[in-house]
Amino acid sequence: MSAHADTHAHEDDHGHHHKETFVTKYIFSQDHKMIAKQYLITGTIMGVIGVLMSMMFRMQIAWPEEPNVLFEALLGKWAPDGVMDADIYLALVTIHGTIMVFFVLTAGLSGTFSNLLIPLQIGARDMASGFLNMISYWLFFLSSVIMVLSLFVEAGPAAAGWTIYPPLSALPLAQGGSGMGMTLWLVSMAIFIASSLLGSLNYIVTVINLRTKGMSMTRLPLTIWAFFITAIIGVISFPVLLSAALLLIMDRSFGTSFFLSDIFIQGEVLHYQGGSPVLFEHLFWFLGHPEVYIVLLPALGITSEIIATNSRKPIFGYRAMVASILAIAFLSTIVWGHHMFISGMNPFLGSVFTFTTLLIAIPSAVKAFNYITTLWKGNLQMNPAMLFSIGLVSTFITGGLTGIILGDSALDINVHDTYFVVAHFHLVMGISALYGMFAGIYHWFPRMFGRMLNKNLGYIHFWVTAVCAYGVFFPMHFIGMAGLPRRYYTNSNFPLFDDLANVNVIITIFALVGGVFQLVFLWNFFYSIFYGKKSVENPWKSNTLEWTASLKHIHGNWPGEIPHVHRWAYDYSKPGHEEDYVPQHIPLKDGEEELQH
Amino acid sequence: MTALLTIIVLVFISVAIWQMVKIFDLAQAKSENTGVATDKDNTINGYLMMGFLAFIYIITIVCFVKWGDLPLMSNSASEHGPTIDNLMIISMVIIFFVQTVTQFLLHYFAFKYKGEKGKKALFFADNNKLEAIWTIIPVIVLAGLIIYGLNTWINIMGVDESDDPLVIELYAQQFNWKARYGGADNTLGKANVRLIDIDRANILGLDESDPNAQDDVITTELHLPVGRPVLFKMRSQDVLHSAYMPHFRAQMNCVPGMITQFGFTPTVTTAEMRETPQMQEKVTRINEIRVENSKKLVAKGEEALERYEFDYLLLCNKICGKSHYNMQMKIVVETQEEYDAWMKEQKEFKNSLIN
Repeated sequence: MSAHADTHAHEDDHGHHHKETFVTKYIFSQDHKMIAKQYLITGTIMGVIGVLMSMMFRMQIAWPEEPNVLFEALLGKWAPDGVMDADIYLALVTIHGTIMVFFVLTAGLSGTFSNLLIPLQIGARDMASGFLNMISYWLFFLSSVIMVLSLFVEAGPAAAGWTIYPPLSALPLAQGGSGMGMTLWLVSMAIFIASSLLGSLNYIVTVINLRTKGMSMTRLPLTIWAFFITAIIGVISFPVLLSAALLLIMDRSFGTSFFLSDIFIQGEVLHYQGGSPVLFEHLFWFLGHPEVYIVLLPALGITSEIIATNSRKPIFGYRAMVASILAIAFLSTIVWGHHMFISGMNPFLGSVFTFTTLLIAIPSAVKAFNYITTLWKGNLQMNPAMLFSIGLVSTFITGGLTGIILGDSALDINVHDTYFVVAHFHLVMGISALYGMFAGIYHWFPRMFGRMLNKNLGYIHFWVTAVCAYGVFFPMHFIGMAGLPRRYYTNSNFPLFDDLANVNVIITIFALVGGVFQLVFLWNFFYSIFYGKKSVENPWKSNTLEWTASLKHIHGNWPGEIPHVHRWAYDYSKPGHEEDYVPQHIPLKDGEEELQH
Repeated sequence: MTALLTIIVLVFISVAIWQMVKIFDLAQAKSENTGVATDKDNTINGYLMMGFLAFIYIITIVCFVKWGDLPLMSNSASEHGPTIDNLMIISMVIIFFVQTVTQFLLHYFAFKYKGEKGKKALFFADNNKLEAIWTIIPVIVLAGLIIYGLNTWINIMGVDESDDPLVIELYAQQFNWKARYGGADNTLGKANVRLIDIDRANILGLDESDPNAQDDVITTELHLPVGRPVLFKMRSQDVLHSAYMPHFRAQMNCVPGMITQFGFTPTVTTAEMRETPQMQEKVTRINEIRVENSKKLVAKGEEALERYEFDYLLLCNKICGKSHYNMQMKIVVETQEEYDAWMKEQKEFKNSLIN
């Protein structure tokens, strides 16, 4: 299976190297390392927008309908006299969700690290198709631009929630944001899906075909396993969302009735007949749930790599880790209905989905325990990347456990769509995936830019973020259990919830502190790109191949021949070796046994 | 304004921290700050891990003590409510046990095995017995939860028509609720949004020729006789809504183009619920807060808030547009006599039409 990248390709690349212009090097680059940086920086910018939005609507929830200079400055006509309008509140919630889930945690996370690490860690000169890779990035860029532009539409951006359930999203009569704003949202997402599919196909082909000699599937680092399986889930599920989006466009613009039926709105009966919004929910969640794992698995892969490296220990249970990734991937495609227990679908289906959903807890538990066991009797190097990885395991457990409640159809009846759900998914996929992304950035920054991030700023960034993440989302479970629905512009119309107002203030303060402290990271990131300390070749003493490649930005990654692989990626502290790490390209010593994996 | 000030202060703090770190870096310059963790970093962060563990435990305890009197854990007002609450409590106990133990192990190991120069980690790559243990234990626990959960679910969702439930339609529109009772025959007349005739006050689109529709009663408050099974038929005229009745542990989406249903039996009247010590305590607390807030409002020259009195509520819990946050209907659970008296005052459909 493993194929050599032949030396001819390398010589060709070398020829190209001299002809590189600014445009081919930095803009329309086909080099996977540059494309990874492009994804990272675009994702970071989108992340700043997404987080700013959340800070704004958190302020509205804590201090409802109070004038706020920030709102006046940032929202303009949507905040007359500085008081946030109810429509724009929903729009902020909607776009925050969309941006964070798709643009930051799918493209920003997977796009960055799959692109950077797949060729480098499997020992390939580049992706299978550099050209498709470039197209994939530029489609992502285009969709980001359209999404940002949609914020400035006259009638307001899409505001039907990131799940854009019709009829609300289909009828401009129901909501201003369902006009031009929603059209742009759908167009942006359609382009995003195309980008994601091109990227995923590229990742799959590259992992299957371009592994260096000796890099069998069972010697792949867990990062690559995670990216590989993630790409497969993406290819299976994203087209379904695309079809849902296309059908919704048809309903909106061409008068079809896929999702609509029997509607009377603003004094008139609409012509739609025979469609069903529940159908849309099925199509949406057929992507929507696997999407959770598209976001989470790369983060878990990154964590596996970083925890092993910084514990100076092999990852515990490599085979079980791979098996649980496969199990999660499989199960993730047959659990979507747990978002729809009370959608009006047959209760029997609810039973089936409860069963499959709770099964996911098993591979998840295996992963959590394996991480903990990897720490046991290690020699833990507390680099910022390691802290974020440990933080990920912590939030993954806290957030994952409440999934047992939400996945249980009987319990879901009462906490469905309350803040309990918000708390659950933010911890288990939002914060966890974000930690994975931060961990990856701290760990591979030297590989990307040849410089180190400032570790002390990294420590401050981690500890403040960690405290704030729990401060925001832990109390949120409790207001959810008290019955407070999500997506309410203000709770002041329900005296019943008056005693929860102070909890919301506390949550908002944590959110503001946590949000502002991300500036520490941004500063560190952009400052270090130019002025950081120069990195040594293998700063974390890691086993994987990316650290054997040239530190300089060259096409083809290795100036000479691609190293061959002789062992798995986790020979840390192996008895019989002087150093506490043995890189993958070091041949076995005489009489040394390779673990059977 | 306060928010802006807070943010400005925070920005200044982060700048100050940046400067402090620079000083710190300069001080470390001699000892070769490579950006890689030193033994000292390992020790400090190891201790911080224990501190963080304490933080997680403390925030858990604080949350339970301060906001733990959850309507979800007790106080349910329907027959199936206690079974959901039981399942919830069992799940919670399991969750908090696992949470406490695993978080401890994670953070304690991070502290205990913090790195030191020259130390070598244990080469421990695999152990099938351990893997089997933490596969099988979750399997057993989850099997229990699944069986219990599915039993509960099927009992709740299965409607027994032989109980002769009171049939009520819940009708959702942007942004209010209506209830429709079947009248003396307890049968809802046919309806479709295409038959809505605002001019004749046929607001729910009832079929005027359907004999069953004649005695239907449309109301803006939901009254339920205590102890009688109720079967709700949900309908929406425009977008998705969700009929959420948290005190009864009941919720179902209202979907345009189809009729959904949910049934339960209310067991506690509004008056009885108001008398429970737990509810009285809650109401007192809420009213204290409202008095405080009223003072501020009056100072600003606005009206004071009304005193709060407990009522069951039906809330919309599916994003439905601008005023989603204020789509509610009062629910009154009362004795059969009170219910009959109330029903007598309501107009039947055939008498409510404008000809």
